[in-house]
Amino acid sequence: MTGREPPPAPTPGAPGAGEPGAGPPGARRIGTAVPDLLLTGEHHLCPGCGEPLAVRGLLEAIRHLGLTRRTIAVAGIGCYTSFSMTTDLDLVQALHGRAPSVATGIKRMRPDVIVYTLQGDGDMVNEGLQEVLHTAARGELITCVLLNNGVFGETGGHMTATTVAGQRTKNTLEGRDPARDGHPILIGDLIARLDGAAYVARGSVHHPGAVARTGRMLRRAFETQVAGAGFSFVEVVTMCPTGWFVPTLDGPGYLQETLGTVHVMGELKVDGRIRTTEELRAENTRADAEMRAALARGGIEEP
Amino acid sequence: MNAARPGADLAAATPAPGPATRRLMEGSEAIAEAAIAAGCRFFAGYPMTPFTELLEHFARRLPTVGGVCCNAESELEAVGMAWGAAATGARAATGSTGQGLSLMEESLSEITLAELPLVTFLLARGQQDYHQATRGLGHGDTRHVVLAPIDTHEAVAHTRLAFDLADRWRHPVLVYGDYLLAHTREAVAIGPDGPPPPPKPWAVDGSLGGTGRSRIISPLGFGKVGHPSPGIEAHQRAIAAKQAEIAAAEARIEYGGCDDATTVVVAYGTPARFVRAAVAELRDAGHRIGWVRPVTLWPFPAAALAAAVAGARRVACFELSAGQLIDDVRLAVLGAAPVRPIGGISTDGSGFGVGRLLDTEVIAARILAVHRDEDLPPLPDEPGGAP
Amino acid sequence: MSARGTVTIATEACKGCELCVPVCPPRVLSMSEATNRAGHHYPLLADGCTGCAACQLICPDFVFEVYRHPRVAP
Repeated sequence: MTGREPPPAPTPGAPGAGEPGAGPPGARRIGTAVPDLLLTGEHHLCPGCGEPLAVRGLLEAIRHLGLTRRTIAVAGIGCYTSFSMTTDLDLVQALHGRAPSVATGIKRMRPDVIVYTLQGDGDMVNEGLQEVLHTAARGELITCVLLNNGVFGETGGHMTATTVAGQRTKNTLEGRDPARDGHPILIGDLIARLDGAAYVARGSVHHPGAVARTGRMLRRAFETQVAGAGFSFVEVVTMCPTGWFVPTLDGPGYLQETLGTVHVMGELKVDGRIRTTEELRAENTRADAEMRAALARGGIEEP
Repeated sequence: MNAARPGADLAAATPAPGPATRRLMEGSEAIAEAAIAAGCRFFAGYPMTPFTELLEHFARRLPTVGGVCCNAESELEAVGMAWGAAATGARAATGSTGQGLSLMEESLSEITLAELPLVTFLLARGQQDYHQATRGLGHGDTRHVVLAPIDTHEAVAHTRLAFDLADRWRHPVLVYGDYLLAHTREAVAIGPDGPPPPPKPWAVDGSLGGTGRSRIISPLGFGKVGHPSPGIEAHQRAIAAKQAEIAAAEARIEYGGCDDATTVVVAYGTPARFVRAAVAELRDAGHRIGWVRPVTLWPFPAAALAAAVAGARRVACFELSAGQLIDDVRLAVLGAAPVRPIGGISTDGSGFGVGRLLDTEVIAARILAVHRDEDLPPLPDEPGGAP
Repeated sequence: MSARGTVTIATEACKGCELCVPVCPPRVLSMSEATNRAGHHYPLLADGCTGCAACQLICPDFVFEVYRHPRVAP
């Protein structure tokens, strides 16, 4: 993936170093650099952090579905909390773990408004585990978005309930040992089993294809809320090179090889059909093997 | 309601309703009805004695007026849901007993910093939650306004007042009731529906998304980027300053017989009714004894209390606890006269209800002992036994 | 070589994470020798951009604006 051969030297005067918005005449702009619903693209999250990618997908889903003027955001506490000041939506800042109940109160009083929560794994799966489970069980017509990087990022990179076995964190420096530190919780699987949950998916942002696929999951989640079909949930596994003690360039690979093997990408519940993480893993392995076979036959280009 | 009002007339603090508008109801029901009349349209709660009936009444009545009552899975969900509802501008409430409020404390403190007008009903097991109610309900320099009704009629008035004060100051208010208040039936008039609440431009409704003017409600004191934001220190100082303004404006007290009294008894809430009756008997017997009843526990009416006891040689403090109100009384009196505790922990076998100390004769004997500078008589025996 | 697309790069916003470099399918991004005001190296664009927007998708700091040229009739 990293392809270390030096690329061709840039041609003097080549396009690239201009100001955003100054595209060549006649060219079609694809998306925007900064998402429309961010007041500024500036933030203080670490180089190589995956959370801004998930936030982009979330905000673009809202804009794409025409929900901009009828959405209220509820933010938890974590690195992503800084987006509370830069998100151009009506927003209620909640306490660690408590966003789902705040979102419930808002939605019950304003059923015409689209309500989502944005929470990290420490927030949702540690502190707020009962809140999100009860909210899903009740079938609240809200969308909960989980940013899962397997660490408490904001306080310095400690173990959470989603940290995987062997993962090195500030307080599991030798790697999480299930015998001593217990096992990770696959929150998506717990939620999918609740009848009140209508759409449950797990995405990731470690390569552009995954980012795009996660964007589609977020759109489907909000469509679920608009349709009033039930509780919707999207987990997004994100890179945290700082919390993982890896260089930024190794973030995506680390995600794929550690968290990604446990918190597997895919739709866990859609249209009433539940699949477990184990089934998603088997499916991904199958798809991977099919792709390798096709490559061996020379059939497709490697993405 | 006046800040200080002589209570020589022992009738209820509110004007007597006409007989046609009264109905026999327990305190919990009266509180729920008063809240709905005041425009409350959201309630969330978790069952716990002696608060449970309040949840039942709201669950039964709110849907009939287009409101929402959530049966929360725990006190944490309850206060969170009420937070969200209040953020939309609705008149919202929650409640519990002391143990449940302990679980809610983080949110109750932060709601103060978020400047949300939440009303919380504390139906306590006795008077052992005074410090909990008045020392901020959690962490930080935050204080709820605390109203302590003496009976069901005042609970109705305080419930309506709570929603008004909460909206007037954008600040949470606690109504401190108890088992006796919740479960005693009295003939009560709720009164007509109040006027609509004031407009709340700060409330979120989703409509300003994408305009560059979207709103944020946060305990942290930050605004959206590009808009003036005070920062955490300045924000907390502003809340403290607001609390100082509230303290100067909203303290309430009631007293009687203090003009000629050499002994003054201080009590709040439902036990104050017993103290008032005991003092009346003692005055009839010729003793120069007065009573003082803080109506707001925060802001504590310290100046008015000090004035009321200015002529007294001794102050007695009656409360159903090991001694919490007495701290504020001593601070107010500031050494001008000795303050003696004449209450104590008193409950029944269940731990929820009324114990042997809540007895006019027992209270009168203890007041008289203080008045005569004698030792207190022994407490009624068999603690926890049947009354 | 005519490119199918191009990007503009907000060099001052870049934090030098370099995630964009390996995800670019035609490999036309490389990191500069120079640094921006914050001290980070930033990406430079060589010829051959296809306008696929992979860089925009992977960039945590919203550095890339992506353009596609209209198709030229053969």
